[in-house]
Amino acid sequence: MTEPSILVHASKPKGYGRGSFRKLPNKYKLFLMAFPFLVTTFIFFYLPISGWIYAFYDFTPGIPLSDTPYVGLKWFKSIAQNHTQMEEVLRVMKNTVAMSALGIVTSVFPVIFAILLSEIRTPWYRKFVQTLTTIPNFISWILVYALAFTLFSVDNGVVNTILIKLGFIDEGINFLATNSNVWLTMIAWYWWKSLGWGAILYLAAITGIDQELYEAADVDGASRFRKIWHITVPGIIPTFFVLLILSIGNFINNGVDQYFAFQNAMNKDSIEVLDLYVYNIAFANNFPFATAVSMLKSLISIFLLFTANSMSKLIRGESII
Amino acid sequence: MRKKKSPKDVAFHAINYALFGIFTLSCIYPFYYLFINTISSNDLSAAGYITFYPREIHFDNYVNVLKISGLAHAAYVSLYRTVVGTLLTVGASAFLGYLFTKKEMWLRRLWYRMLIVTMYFSAGLIPWYITMNNLGLTNNYLAYVLPTIITPFNIILVKTFIEGIPPSLEESAEIDGAGYTKIFRSIIVPLITPILATITIFSAVNQWNSFIDTAFLMTDTKYYTLQFLLWRYLNESSSLAALIRNSQDMAASVQHMQTPGSVRMTVTMIVVLPILIIYPFFQRFFVKGILIGAVKG
Repeated sequence: MTEPSILVHASKPKGYGRGSFRKLPNKYKLFLMAFPFLVTTFIFFYLPISGWIYAFYDFTPGIPLSDTPYVGLKWFKSIAQNHTQMEEVLRVMKNTVAMSALGIVTSVFPVIFAILLSEIRTPWYRKFVQTLTTIPNFISWILVYALAFTLFSVDNGVVNTILIKLGFIDEGINFLATNSNVWLTMIAWYWWKSLGWGAILYLAAITGIDQELYEAADVDGASRFRKIWHITVPGIIPTFFVLLILSIGNFINNGVDQYFAFQNAMNKDSIEVLDLYVYNIAFANNFPFATAVSMLKSLISIFLLFTANSMSKLIRGESII
Repeated sequence: MRKKKSPKDVAFHAINYALFGIFTLSCIYPFYYLFINTISSNDLSAAGYITFYPREIHFDNYVNVLKISGLAHAAYVSLYRTVVGTLLTVGASAFLGYLFTKKEMWLRRLWYRMLIVTMYFSAGLIPWYITMNNLGLTNNYLAYVLPTIITPFNIILVKTFIEGIPPSLEESAEIDGAGYTKIFRSIIVPLITPILATITIFSAVNQWNSFIDTAFLMTDTKYYTLQFLLWRYLNESSSLAALIRNSQDMAASVQHMQTPGSVRMTVTMIVVLPILIIYPFFQRFFVKGILIGAVKG
């Protein structure tokens, strides 16, 4: 990156300002101005790491840590030693990996969306599609769930009503309270919400491609598919790789919002990803175990982040952190 | 000039236009469906008759739902966190983003990295909860606005934007002897208003949509936001039924009588409406934001 040098003052001219702050060298002055914000960052992002200590105690909320017995690695060992515990963790890991893997495999969807949208030659229609398909990205997962609740309601939702009228089913199906196809429905809702938004980056990348390449290909009589494959795809592949690498760094961070909104007693077995699992066991008041799982998850995340970072350095010569 | 269209071309375009039409419709129809059901006769809606257009239009649902105790207060809490939370994070992001463009800051790279890492790494839900609890930020309005003051993504956007401004503007002010805060206020802020508008919209939408922090940190109902109240209505049919009994207009005709479904849908509509209203005005800011953010990966 080329950046013009910025004047560095060793000291301010005489007679300028009063007080000791004014006399400080600029580098400390800048630091002191940033200091309150750095402290805020420390409090909300780094101080919580001290909470990992609870994973080593038989902690119950309400009892001070000093009155709580130290149990060493008990909670970590319980993951591997207790059979039911291990099965539960394996089930949650399976959901986590499945959701992330599905997310990565389907991350070509916005690429396809962008390529096909750029093939539309009517500007107003392109804008219309782009504007309206981006809206779902800006509503919360609770609202998505509320919409799903209304559309798929057993008694009067439009989906069941239409399916019954068309004679496909005899009585309403409770689509939201079932343990079958949960992974697929979750990824479907995810793309309903994010597809239009996710395509924006790729559309911008396509706009940046030199139009002369297409014109030259036209002269050579290249087909639509050949032009897409040899010009458009290479033009957007760098963007795709950046996002792919980032998603590796976040492989086990599915987030909790979507699954929290959609979870119910029926689909819990398949919907519980790591983040939601931690939330659920904490709410069952098993704080130390939840902390132990949190801690392991953070450590794996760091490892994945460093992996993603070295991949990024290797492939595009730039780090992500 | 384009070549004459072959039949293959025509077929491709027809399918392409149709596919986008269907997907666009699927993005919009749920909102429309919700809306026509809240303004149609409640007994027709409950029986599943309202599919494409409203019938026997009335607005009693909105009038009655607004009478539900707690809902107005929750709207106030949501509004408070949106306004205050957004102002704080935009102010902090602008100033900190500016400071981080100054290469001469002591240990700048270290502090900046310390900030960026928090986008990928967190101590975990429970350690975070325990810390918030120890700080007294459970059942406390400040818990909605303090943790979001530092939003790394916003700071990246501002920093990148300032780095794109010709440095000569700033240098001349420095020669005049203006300090950093003066330069920030009188030169930087007016120049970065486009990116400030973008992060204002991002933050406001995020604040309005947040609900998981309420689930964690707030046990007292007076701290509930609209989003969280909606989640409760969706999941606790008993509390919903009690609400309806309390707020029911006894004189209401059967068509206008509130049902659990009508309350749910009307509350959903009230929560989604602010987003739908601001969206057309701010769409371009969203797009600008994601493009600048993407440059930084």
